[in-house]
Amino acid sequence: MASLGPTFGRGAMTNHWNDLANSDCLMIIGCNPAENHPISFKWITAAQEKGAKLIVVDPRFTRSASKADLYVRLRPGTDIALMGGLINYVLKNNLFHQDYVANYTNAAFLVNKDFAFSEGLFSGYQKEKRAYNAATWDYEIDKEGKPVTDPTLSNPRGVFQLMKAHYARYTPEMVAAITGVPEDVFLKMAALYGATGRPGRSGSILYAMGGTQHSTGVQIIRSYSILQMLLGNMGMAGGGINALRGENNVQGSTDMALLFHLVPGYLAAPNEAAHPTLKDYLDKETPKASFWMNKPKFFVSLLKAYWGDAAKKENDFAYDYLPKAGKGFQGAGYSWIPLFEAMGAGAIKGMLVWGMNPAVGSANLNQTYSALDKLQWLAVFDLWETDTSVFWKRPGASPRDIKTEVFLFPAVDSLEKEGSASNSGRWIQWRYQAVKPHGDARSDLWYANRLGLELKKLYQADANAVFPDPIVNLHWNYGADPDVHLVAREINGYTVVDKKQVLNFLGLKDDGSTACGCWIYSGFYPGPDKKDNKAAARDKKDPSGLGLYPGWAFAWPVNRRIIYNRCSADPQGQPWNTKKALVRWDPLAKAWKNSDVADFKWIDPATKVHVPPEESAKAPFLMLPEGKSRFFVPKGLCKDGPFPEHYEALECPFNNPMSAQQSNPAVRIWKSSLDKLAQVSDPRFPIIATTFRLTEHWQAGAMTRNLTWQAELMPEMFVEISPTLARAKGIKPGDWVRVKSIRGEVLARANVTHRVAPFCCGAKGSQNTAEMVALPWHFGFAGYITGGSDGRQNYAANQLAPQIGDANTMIPEYKVFLVNVEKV
Amino acid sequence: MSISRRTFLKVLGSGVTAAGLTEVICKRSSWAATIPPAKIKDAGITHSICPFCGVGCGLVAHTKGGKLVNVEGDPDHPINQGSLCSKGQAVMEVVTSPRRLKKVRYRAPHSDKWEEKDLDWAINILAQRVKATRDASFLAKSPAGMTVNRTEALASIGGAALNNEECYLIAKLTRALGIVYLEHQARL
Repeated sequence: MASLGPTFGRGAMTNHWNDLANSDCLMIIGCNPAENHPISFKWITAAQEKGAKLIVVDPRFTRSASKADLYVRLRPGTDIALMGGLINYVLKNNLFHQDYVANYTNAAFLVNKDFAFSEGLFSGYQKEKRAYNAATWDYEIDKEGKPVTDPTLSNPRGVFQLMKAHYARYTPEMVAAITGVPEDVFLKMAALYGATGRPGRSGSILYAMGGTQHSTGVQIIRSYSILQMLLGNMGMAGGGINALRGENNVQGSTDMALLFHLVPGYLAAPNEAAHPTLKDYLDKETPKASFWMNKPKFFVSLLKAYWGDAAKKENDFAYDYLPKAGKGFQGAGYSWIPLFEAMGAGAIKGMLVWGMNPAVGSANLNQTYSALDKLQWLAVFDLWETDTSVFWKRPGASPRDIKTEVFLFPAVDSLEKEGSASNSGRWIQWRYQAVKPHGDARSDLWYANRLGLELKKLYQADANAVFPDPIVNLHWNYGADPDVHLVAREINGYTVVDKKQVLNFLGLKDDGSTACGCWIYSGFYPGPDKKDNKAAARDKKDPSGLGLYPGWAFAWPVNRRIIYNRCSADPQGQPWNTKKALVRWDPLAKAWKNSDVADFKWIDPATKVHVPPEESAKAPFLMLPEGKSRFFVPKGLCKDGPFPEHYEALECPFNNPMSAQQSNPAVRIWKSSLDKLAQVSDPRFPIIATTFRLTEHWQAGAMTRNLTWQAELMPEMFVEISPTLARAKGIKPGDWVRVKSIRGEVLARANVTHRVAPFCCGAKGSQNTAEMVALPWHFGFAGYITGGSDGRQNYAANQLAPQIGDANTMIPEYKVFLVNVEKV
Repeated sequence: MSISRRTFLKVLGSGVTAAGLTEVICKRSSWAATIPPAKIKDAGITHSICPFCGVGCGLVAHTKGGKLVNVEGDPDHPINQGSLCSKGQAVMEVVTSPRRLKKVRYRAPHSDKWEEKDLDWAINILAQRVKATRDASFLAKSPAGMTVNRTEALASIGGAALNNEECYLIAKLTRALGIVYLEHQARL
C-alpha cells in the first residue's frame, strides 16, 4: 500500500472482485487466487469465458497457473526485472496508450536537472547511512512554483524520456538473465499483456504477498503500477491494480490505523520532529492542492471523536493527548521488525495481542521467541490456545526459565458478535450475531471497552497517576456491554451539538463542530437507526451490468466501486470503451451520466451545475497535488528511488546481472546475534527457498489447525522439492527432510513435484542453475495439529525466514532466502 | 417409470438405498413421511461474512433454539453467490469446536502450566499491569523539550481478524494510552 499511495493517491485495491469479470487480460503475479482466494476465481473464470486471456507469473506452478493461457515461471524476487522488460517492450513498440499517458500521468513533467542514476544508484545516496537524500528527486519548478511540463513528451529531462532511458536497459536478454524466463516466453507475455494498451481494452494486475514480501516489495508493486499507467488500465472497469487481501478485515484494520505510522483514515500519526503542535501538524500535512486540502477537517473531527468535550479550540482539540512518535528503536521507527527487535533488547515490557499469532507468522522466529521471553507480561485475546499464547512451553524451551506472565482471554467468533468488516474491494459489510458466545468468551469489542473502563477507573482513583488526562477524558460512552452501533455511528461521524449523523465527509468541519472516527468511512452509517446502516444494505440490482452492485453494502469512499474512474473516459468525457462506461459526459445535455460514483469534481455542490470534462481531465487523480498518477515518485516518498530498479534479495545465489549494486541499498540490516544472513552464493545454503499458503489453512494456522476437517485435509508440514533436487539428494517422495537456513531449521515431508523447478540465470555463457524449494508457513507447535507427530518439534517455516524489511514498509522478506535440504 | 432429477436427488438425499427405490418412487405423499425434516427447516436465518480471506463471501447461518445448526454460502451475495471454499465450508466448526476457549487462562511467571481464572479478576489485573507499565515508562517531554506523551514499553499487535468497530476502539484506546508500538498483520 506504500507504493499505491504515492503513485495514485490511495493505498487500496482499485477495483473489486466482481469487476475481474470485465477484464480483457488478467495478470496474476505474486498471488494465487485459485488456492488462496478461491471464490474470487469465479470472476476470473467469468472473464475467461468471455474471451479474456489469463497470464500467471509465479515461481511455482500453482492451481491458478493451471488455468492460465500463459504460465511464466519467474525466479522469486525478480519481478522488477520482468516488469522493467515489459515497460521497455511497451515503450519500444509504441503499445502504450498515448492519450492516457499524456493526460492522466506525470509523463510530461520535467525533472530537476540534478537528478541522476548510475551504477544502480540514484542521486543522493549516502553509503554510511544506507539511505538517500532525495533532494534532487523532484520536478523542475517554474518561477510561480508550478512544475514545468513538456506535453510533447520529447524533452530528455521529462519523466517520460527518463523512464524510457531507465528501462531501455531491461532488454529481453537481460530479463532472461535475471528472471530465468526464456526470451520467447517473455516476448509472448509482452505481446499478450501489451495488447491491453489499445484504447478501450482493460488489463488487470492481481497481486498479494508474493509481490510485497521482499526487500524491494514497494518497488515491485510500483513496477506493476507503471505498466498499468502506460497501458491506460487504471480507473477502467476490468483494469486496475488489485491487492488481494489475505484476511477478512485487513483492509478495515488498516483503515482504522492499527499501524504505528497512521491514525484512522490514512492520516499521518504525529511525530515529535515535524509536528510538535497542532498548527505544525496541519501546516505540514495539508498539501496546497488535491482533496487532502480538507485534511484539517478530518483530523480535528478525529480528535473530537477521541476526546469529545475535552477537545476544545483552546487546547488545540487535545492534540497533546495523542502520542508523538520519536525515532523508534535504533532510529528505525516502531514497525513490526523494530518492535520485535526492541522487545528482544528488553525495551518493551508488556504486549496486547488481538487475534494474531506471531509465534508462527513473524519472520526469524527464533528472534521472536527470544523477544517474547523478555516480556514482563503478555495478554492474548483469541478463540484458541495459539502458539503465541503457549510460547513458554514451545519445543526446546524451559518454562521455569521464562518469567513472562501470560493472560489468555477467550474471544468470540464473527458469528457470535455483530459488526462490520471491509473486504479487499473496500466493501464494508455487516455481520449479524447468530449465536451467543460460550462460557466466559467475549468479543474484542467487549474487551477493548472493558479495558478502557477499568483504566479510566484506575486513573481517576490514583492521585499520583502519570498524565491521566488522555484516559480520564477519553470519550468512551458505549455502555458496560458495548453497543456496536454506537461505535459504528462514531466512525461515520456526527455534528457535536445535536449528535446528528453526517451524510458523508463533506459534512465535516475543522472547527470542532463535528466528530468523526474515520473520515473515509463517513457515509456508511448516515442516520440514527439501524436501517440507516448501509453496510447492511442488500439490494441485488446491478443497473450497469458491470457488477458494480451499488445497493449492496457500502464501498469506501462514498460508495465508489472503482476508484480513479475519471480515467475510464477520455479528456472530453467519452468512455474509452462504451460497453464498460463508468462515467460519461453528455455534451448535448451538458451533464455527466455516471454508473459509478464519480471520483472527480463532476458537479458544483452549491449550484448543482455539472462541471465540463476538461476541468476534471486536468486532475483525474484527485488525492495527489499534481492531479496525475506518477511514473516518477518525487520527494523521496518512496525511499529507495523514484523509479523501480532491480536488486537481488538479501540472500541470493546469483550476482545481480543489472548493476554492481547487489541488493537494495536503502534497506536496514539488523545486527543482533539472532539476525544472521547467508552470504551471496553461500556454499552452505545453495538452494532458494520461498513460502506459500494452502487453501485448507489460513495464515498462522490457529483458525484452521484447530478444525478437524482442515486437519484431515492437510495434516502435515511438507516441502515442495523438484525431481532433480530429490535425485541429487537421494530423497524419495514422502521422506522427512530437514530444511536449514542460517537462522534455523524445520522438518518437513518431501513433496517431490514438478510444481517447482530449478532456475537457470546469469548472462549468456556464464549461467548458473539454482534449485528452489517451497514451504507452506501455516504450521507450528500448538493446536489440534502442529504439522507433524513429534511433539518436540516446531513445524513453523518462518524459523528459516530472515528479518529483513523492505526499505519503505519494513515488510519482511519471507519470499526469498537461502537454505539447504537434507534427508533426516 | 421416469424419475425426475429432483425426485432422484431427494431420494438419494434421504439415504434410501437403491434396493428400496421402486417402493418409494411412487407418489410424493407415500415417501415424504419417511424423510427426516431438513436440519434447516424452521431455522432462524442470520447473515454474516466469512472470517477467513479478504474476498468477503456472504454466509447464511441457521439456528434453532439458540444453537447453530448449519452455515452455508449466501446465495444472494453478489461475490460468492452461495459458494464457499474449503475453509468457508468449515466455519461451523469454528463455533462448535470443543477446542474453543471458554475460560480465562493464566500462566504465572516461571510456571509450567495454565490456571483457569475468573474473567473479572483477569481483566482487572491486566488493567493494573497496563497502567503500571505505562506510568513507569511514560515520556511526557522529549530531551529537546517537545511534548510527546508516549510510552515505548507497551505494544499492541493484531486486528485484521476483528470487526471494524473493534479495530477502531483498540486504536482509540492504545493511542490514548500513549502507545506507539502499534502494529498488525498488514505489515507482514
